[in-house]
Amino acid sequence: METPVNFDYAPAPESRAIVTIKPTYGHFIAGKFVAGRKHFPTINPATEEVLSQIALAGKAEVDSAIAAARKAYITTWSKLSGKERGKYLFRIARIMQERAREFAVLETLDNGKPIRESRDVDVPLAAAHFFYHAGWADKLEFAGLGTSTKPHGVAGQIIPWNFPLLMLSWKVAPALATGNTVVLKPAESTSLTALLFAEVCQQAELPAGVVNIVTGDGSTGALIVNHPGIDKIAFTGSTEVGKIIARAVAPTHKSVTLELGGKAANIIFDDAAIDEAIEGIVNGVFFNQGHVCCAGSRLLLQENIVDEVLEKLKVRMAKIRVGDPMDKNTDLGAINSKEQLLKIQDLSRVGESEGGARWSAPCDFPKKGFWFAPTIFTGVTQAHRIAREEIFGPVLSVLTFRTPQEAMDKANNTPFGLSAGIWSEKGSRILWASQQLRAGVIWVNTFNKFDPTSPFGGYKESGWGREGGRHGLSAYLKGVGHE
Amino acid sequence: MSNRIDVKKTYKLFINGAFPRSESGRTYEIKNANGVFIANLCLASRKDLKDAVVAARAAQSRWNKASAYNKGQVIYRIAEMLESRRAQFVDEITVFTGTTKIKAQKEVTDCVDRLVWYAGWTDKLSSLTGALNPVAGPYYNFTLPESMGVIAAIAPETPSLLGLIDAIAPIIVGGNTVVVLASTKAPLSAMSFAEVLATSDVPVGVINILTGKKDEIAPWMASHMDIDGFDISGLDAQSHGAIRIAGAENLKRIFRFKSADPGRILAFLENKTVWHPIGL
Amino acid sequence: MSFYGLVDGTEASLKKYLGALSGVDQVGADARAAMLATRSIKTSSKRWAIDTAISMVDLTTLEGADTPGKVQALCTKAVRPDPMNSDVPSVGAVCVYNDMVRIARIHLDSIGGEHVGVAAVSTAFPSGRASMAVKIQDTQDALDAGASEIDMVIDRGAFLRGDYIGVFNEIVQIRKLCGTGVHLKVIFETGELVTYDNVRKASFLAMAAGADFIKTSTGKVTPAATPPVVLVMLEAVRDFYTMTNTRIGVKPAGGIKNTKDALKQLVLVNETAGPEWLTPTLFRIGASSLLNDLLMQRMKMDDGYYASPAYVTID
Repeated sequence: METPVNFDYAPAPESRAIVTIKPTYGHFIAGKFVAGRKHFPTINPATEEVLSQIALAGKAEVDSAIAAARKAYITTWSKLSGKERGKYLFRIARIMQERAREFAVLETLDNGKPIRESRDVDVPLAAAHFFYHAGWADKLEFAGLGTSTKPHGVAGQIIPWNFPLLMLSWKVAPALATGNTVVLKPAESTSLTALLFAEVCQQAELPAGVVNIVTGDGSTGALIVNHPGIDKIAFTGSTEVGKIIARAVAPTHKSVTLELGGKAANIIFDDAAIDEAIEGIVNGVFFNQGHVCCAGSRLLLQENIVDEVLEKLKVRMAKIRVGDPMDKNTDLGAINSKEQLLKIQDLSRVGESEGGARWSAPCDFPKKGFWFAPTIFTGVTQAHRIAREEIFGPVLSVLTFRTPQEAMDKANNTPFGLSAGIWSEKGSRILWASQQLRAGVIWVNTFNKFDPTSPFGGYKESGWGREGGRHGLSAYLKGVGHE
Repeated sequence: MSNRIDVKKTYKLFINGAFPRSESGRTYEIKNANGVFIANLCLASRKDLKDAVVAARAAQSRWNKASAYNKGQVIYRIAEMLESRRAQFVDEITVFTGTTKIKAQKEVTDCVDRLVWYAGWTDKLSSLTGALNPVAGPYYNFTLPESMGVIAAIAPETPSLLGLIDAIAPIIVGGNTVVVLASTKAPLSAMSFAEVLATSDVPVGVINILTGKKDEIAPWMASHMDIDGFDISGLDAQSHGAIRIAGAENLKRIFRFKSADPGRILAFLENKTVWHPIGL
Repeated sequence: MSFYGLVDGTEASLKKYLGALSGVDQVGADARAAMLATRSIKTSSKRWAIDTAISMVDLTTLEGADTPGKVQALCTKAVRPDPMNSDVPSVGAVCVYNDMVRIARIHLDSIGGEHVGVAAVSTAFPSGRASMAVKIQDTQDALDAGASEIDMVIDRGAFLRGDYIGVFNEIVQIRKLCGTGVHLKVIFETGELVTYDNVRKASFLAMAAGADFIKTSTGKVTPAATPPVVLVMLEAVRDFYTMTNTRIGVKPAGGIKNTKDALKQLVLVNETAGPEWLTPTLFRIGASSLLNDLLMQRMKMDDGYYASPAYVTID
C-alpha cells in the first residue's frame, strides 16, 4: 500500500433545506409580525448571496414595540406569578431544542460561522440559557439580592452579530425570568435567528408584547436607547458604542448593563500541558473567526518555551480548515461582513508596518465571500497597536515574559478587563495568577467556555454588570442596594 | 475666664497618611451655626485630587492583599480610636453645627457602631456573595467578589461625620482605597476623623480625605481615568447627569446610595469567575 | 544501543528524560478527541478511508479456545477479506498467541498471503507477570516459529511503582531478540496506567527503548483504545519525530468495533501525527469484529443500499 498524499475530507455540507427564509421580514410587535416600511438586505457572508430583506425600524415601529412591551408588562406579565412565567421559559427552551437544527443552519447562513459551532455551541447554549433562567423565575427571593427587588419594567436590548441567537438568549431569558418585558434589536447583519425566535414565542403562546423584536441598524438602536418608555438598557457590543450609550442614559433613570470589548491575555507558563495549551490558544482566538469579545488575542509566552510553542502552534494552525461554513468539517468560517474584513485587514497592515512578523496559515479561499486566514504576529510588544486594540478577527499577537509577575503586569496593562487565560500545571501559581488578573472571567487550562450558570462580564472598560448565574439576575432587578 | 490664648488647630487635607495643605494655597472660611469664624479649611484643587489618587492607587494592591481578618481588625481599630475620642467629636459637632449635645452623641455613637458593623463584613463577603457555579461540564467554576480599585466619593453635607463614614467604610471593606470629599459646610469633624485614621492602623493611602467644593472637585473625580468607581450620594441630583457623562469616558461605576446596606459594599466590588478543568 | 542519544541506559538519564515531558490535561485531551470525532467523512474520502482501515487491521484472535482450524480460517479472511471481491485489500497482519504463529505462517504462505504478517503477543501476555527468563523464552518461541511482529506487554506493576528503568530494560532486551527484521510493538495496557500523563510517559519510554510501534491495550482490559488515549500517543510519536527524525507507529487495540470508530481513529491520525502516518507501516488497528463492519460499509458504498451480515463471512 502506498503512502497516501493526503486524507482530504470530501465536502460534507449540512442541508439548508430545513430552513425556509422568507424574501422579506417585518418586525415582531405585540405577538404579531408587522410589515416594515423600509428594508435592507441581509447576506450570507460566505457567498455574498442576498438571503432576505430585513425591515428597518424607525420611530413609529420603536414606539409601537415599546408601547406593546409596556402594555404587556402592566396587563399580563407583571401580574403573572414567577411559577407561570417560568413555565413559558421552559416551553421556549424546549421548542428551541426541537428546532435546534433549523436555528443552527439559519445562524450559519446569516452569520458565516461554521455549522459545527452553531450546532454544538450557539444553539444548545441558547436553549440552556432559557432552561436555566426558567427555574429562577419562582425563586428570586432566594437569590440573595435582597427581599424587596422588583423588575425594571421594559428592557431595551441591543445585541451584536457574533453570537446572534446566543446573545438573544443571554438577554431575553433573564429579563423574562425576573418579570421584565423586552424590546430586542438584533444586529443589522444577523437578524434571521431572532425572527425565527419570534416564531418560537408564538409557538410557546407567550403573551403578546412580552417579547418584541424590531430589526434595524444603529439608528434603531439609538431610538431604543433614548426612548423615555425604556426602563433598562442591556447592550452587548463595542466599547465605543457602550460609552455612547452610557452618556445617552446618564441624565435618565434608566438602568444599564454593558458587555463590551476585550483584549484578553492568554498566558502560557513553561510547565503547561503544551498540547492542550496549543488547543487553548487556537480555541482562544480562532473560535468563531475571532469574533469574540473575550478572545485570547494576546498570547503571552514564557520566554523559555517560545520556540517550541510557536513551532507547534503553526503546525496546528495549518490544520485549521477554513472555508464553507455549512461544511460540517469547517473550523473557521467567513468573516461576518465586508466592513469587518476591512477592519481586520487594516489592523493587520498596521501590525506589519509597526514591525510585527506576520505568519498566516496557508488557505484556499472560496471565490466569493469574506475571508481571513488564521494569522499570528510575533515580535509584538505592549507598545504595538495590535496588542492594544480589539481586532475582532482571527489574528493573534504574540508577546513574551520572563517572570510570573511580568506576565501579570502585561496582561493587566490594558483598559479592558473581560477575560484572561492561564496555562500551568502548578496549583498555587494558578490561584495566585487568577487573583492577580484584572478580568471578569479567568479560564485556567481551558478557554472560551460558557455556561448559563457561570457569570460573564468585565472589569474596567469591558463593561458594567454580569450575565448568567445568580449574579446576572441583579441586572434585571431594582432594589439591590444602589442606583 | 482664663487669659490663656487658645492654641487653634490648623485643618489640612489628609493624603497618603500625611496632612498637607492644598497645593493651591487656597482656603475657605468655616463659621459655626451662629456665623462666628471657626477655621480656614483647605480648598482642595484638582491637583490635590490627583495626588490623592496616586496615593490611593499605590496603596490599593497591598490593602487588597491584606487578609479579610486583617482588614476587619483595621476597621475595628478605627472604631476603637473613635470611641476613645467620643467626647471630642461630640463637642466638635455640637459647636460646629449648632446641634444639640444629645443629637451629637447619637451621631458619634452611630459612627462607632457603623464602623464596627462594617468591620465584621470583611470576612463574610465572599462566602455570602460568591458562588460555586454548577456548569454543565467537567469544570470547577466559581465566582468571587474582588476589589474594584480606587473609588472616589462625595460625602453628604449632613450628617457630616456619619455620612463620611458611610462613604468610606463600605468602599474599603472589600479592598478598595478611597478618595473622599468631606462635607463642604461641616468638614471639621471629618478632618478630626483623619486624625483618628492616622492613629489607627490604616495603611497610608488607603483613605484620603479632601475638603473643598463639590462643584469644583466632583467633575474631576468623574473624569479621572484612574478612578474606577464613584459614590455620588453626596451630590445634588441635578448634577448627576453631567457627572455620569464625564464618568463614561472610562466607564466608571457610578452609584448613589440611600442607606447603609450590604449592597453598598457590593456595588464597588467586581465579580470574577474562574474556570478550571476537573480531571486526572 | 544508542537510544537515539536521548538516554544513556542509566536510571538517572531515563528519569531526567521522562521528567522533562510536559503533562497532559485530561479534560483538554478529551475535548480535542471529541471535537475530532465530529469530522464527517463522506463519499470518496470514506471509500478511501475504509480501504485504508482494512489494510491496517491486525486481525486478531487471542482466546484460550483458539485452535489451528480457527487460526487458519482467520488467515484466509486476512488475505481475502471479501472472497467475492478481489479489490478489497488484505489486512496488515494476523495477531495470535505464540503457539499459533507457525500454523498461521504456514497457512498464509500456502494461500498467497506471504505479504500478510504474523504478530505474536508476547512477554507473558496479557498480564506481563512472569520472570524475564520466561518472557525472553516466550518471545524466542514466537520468533523461532516465524513471527514477523512481536506485540509485547510492559510490566504495568513496575511502571506504576516507578521502576521505569525496569520497564525500559525489558523492552531493550526484547528489542535485541527481535533484531532489526522483526517489528516490535509495545503494549501499555492504558486502561491500567489510567492517566494520560502515564500514557505519555510510557510512550516516550518505549520509543527511546526501541519500540517500532506503541500499542494501547491487550484487548483484555477496558477501557482500551479510547480516542483521547490514541490522541495522546499520536502526539507522542509526532513529538518524537521532531526530536529524532524517526517515525514510530501507533496501534490502538480493543474497543474499535465498527467503521465509525475506525474512521475516527484515522481522523485522529490525520490531524495529530499527520497524513504520513496513514499507512499500515505506521498505524494498525487491533480488532476482530471491525473487519466485517468495514466490509459491510464498503458494500453499502458500492451498492447504494445497506448490507446484511449474511453477505460477509463470519470467520
